[in-house]
Amino acid sequence: MPLDLIGKLAVILIVFGGPMALMPMLVFLERKVCAFIQDRIGPNRVGLLGPDGLDEAILGKSLLGRRLLGGFLQPMADGIKLLFKEDIIPENAKPVPYVFAPVFAMVPPLLALAVIPFAAPVRLFGAEIPIHVSDPGIGVLFVLAVLALSPFGTVMGGWGSGSKYPLLGSLRAVAQVVSYGVCMGLALLAILMSAGTLRISEIVAAQSGGIGDWLVWSQPVAFLLFLACAFAENNRLPFDMPEGEPDLVGGYHTEYSSMKFSMFFLGEYVAMIAASAVMVTLFLGGWSFPGIKSDGSLLMSALSFAVFWAKVLVLLFLYIWVRWTLPRFRFDQIMRLGWAVMIPIGLINLAVTAVFVTAR
Amino acid sequence: MGSGKYSMPSDGETRDSRWIAVSPVALLVESAKALAHTFRRLVRRGSFTVQYPEESLSPKKGYRGEHFLKRDSKGRVKCVACFMCAAACPAKCITIEAGKAPPEWTDREKYPVRFEIDLLRCIYCGMCEEACPVDAIALSGTFPIVAESRKEKVYDRDKLLVLGDNFGDKISVVP
Repeated sequence: MPLDLIGKLAVILIVFGGPMALMPMLVFLERKVCAFIQDRIGPNRVGLLGPDGLDEAILGKSLLGRRLLGGFLQPMADGIKLLFKEDIIPENAKPVPYVFAPVFAMVPPLLALAVIPFAAPVRLFGAEIPIHVSDPGIGVLFVLAVLALSPFGTVMGGWGSGSKYPLLGSLRAVAQVVSYGVCMGLALLAILMSAGTLRISEIVAAQSGGIGDWLVWSQPVAFLLFLACAFAENNRLPFDMPEGEPDLVGGYHTEYSSMKFSMFFLGEYVAMIAASAVMVTLFLGGWSFPGIKSDGSLLMSALSFAVFWAKVLVLLFLYIWVRWTLPRFRFDQIMRLGWAVMIPIGLINLAVTAVFVTAR
Repeated sequence: MGSGKYSMPSDGETRDSRWIAVSPVALLVESAKALAHTFRRLVRRGSFTVQYPEESLSPKKGYRGEHFLKRDSKGRVKCVACFMCAAACPAKCITIEAGKAPPEWTDREKYPVRFEIDLLRCIYCGMCEEACPVDAIALSGTFPIVAESRKEKVYDRDKLLVLGDNFGDKISVVP
């Protein structure tokens, strides 16, 4: 049926286009939050508002001040700059993994978004259109599998670069991802036990009764574990050993330049968005919020869409905030934390959850 | 799940045992404290950044910037071409050519025909200002470091005099 097809295509556009549109804003947010935390101003030159912006040209004075929004177009400028840089492939590089690594860094996190319901289903022209690309019965497993794929970009990049620093960086990435993948699985298992289903739309529905129904309240330990593991899987501080500048130059992307580098860079942000979306869906009630009913109207659907992204933005802010607060762990500390602390906690949490679920 | 408290390693302990020996709860608490601290910085207004082309720092008293030559009450160059500054200069950046003073200048025998300071050689130590017996040369508070050629950074007598006219009494105090 063509109407179904059009609806699906529109949803796909929203699901994959939304994060792409969000990324420049996220880069801007990252730089501004970093600057404010460090008592600086941050980017304030390239933008519509600010010293030479439209507001000054028209009104003769800066509207919001350059402090807040002055450099809003800086990520665009950076992107254009990167686009026109020379694309270097090192002599020692293995071309196939070297070229495909940035793709692998970017695609798996986008795929994870495919099973996330972004908003309440909307009823248009008699057809009910769910706002997710797909809702498989193994949704949570799919998320886990796809999130576990994303480090392959790092690994391929490090191996294909034919240089020792990227190689060391990617070795660390493998060790880290294997360690924290286990813990992430344990945290998810606890969620599955209390929700009783693998289907993501059902997990969201189970949490839609109100803020009290969000799984973060019944599974706070699993949430914290998942949060820490997501930070580790995305190579964000304090777990960004694979690209630790002091000991590894640039880590796995040392040899990358131009658009390939920026794809790694953007891949990190897509992975952040994907991980945040997954956390919102599994722990923070997805698109549900008190007052928003799933009645198929366009208004409610749009509101739930806004709520979903607001929740995602809160988590993204947390990512950035943590990055500019906590120092990097040492590598053996990361391994210890993963295997000796977090996995035992995950197992205990799982056991306790099992007891409660059985007693229920 | 961790030993619960941090302990310094003794000699016998291996490197392994002195990893972050804090409990996960303490780790979370300390992280939360750090996050609270950075959040306070985040919402605080104001920063230490100076938006350079539009704003600039005003130099503190005693700052030694570029030189200028002073005039006396009759508008003549104060310098008597005694070469004290050139002799005191550790960087040897002052070039003076003395000429015989006109007969109507009864207070001196010589005046500088040529007086050049090579600011690329200058180390801005202020010795010339201290050495001058007639208080004719001084260092101002400005620091124009940009020039498009080396020649521009060699200031001659007339330029130094004009700079002096512009600065008026804004004379740096060399301790």
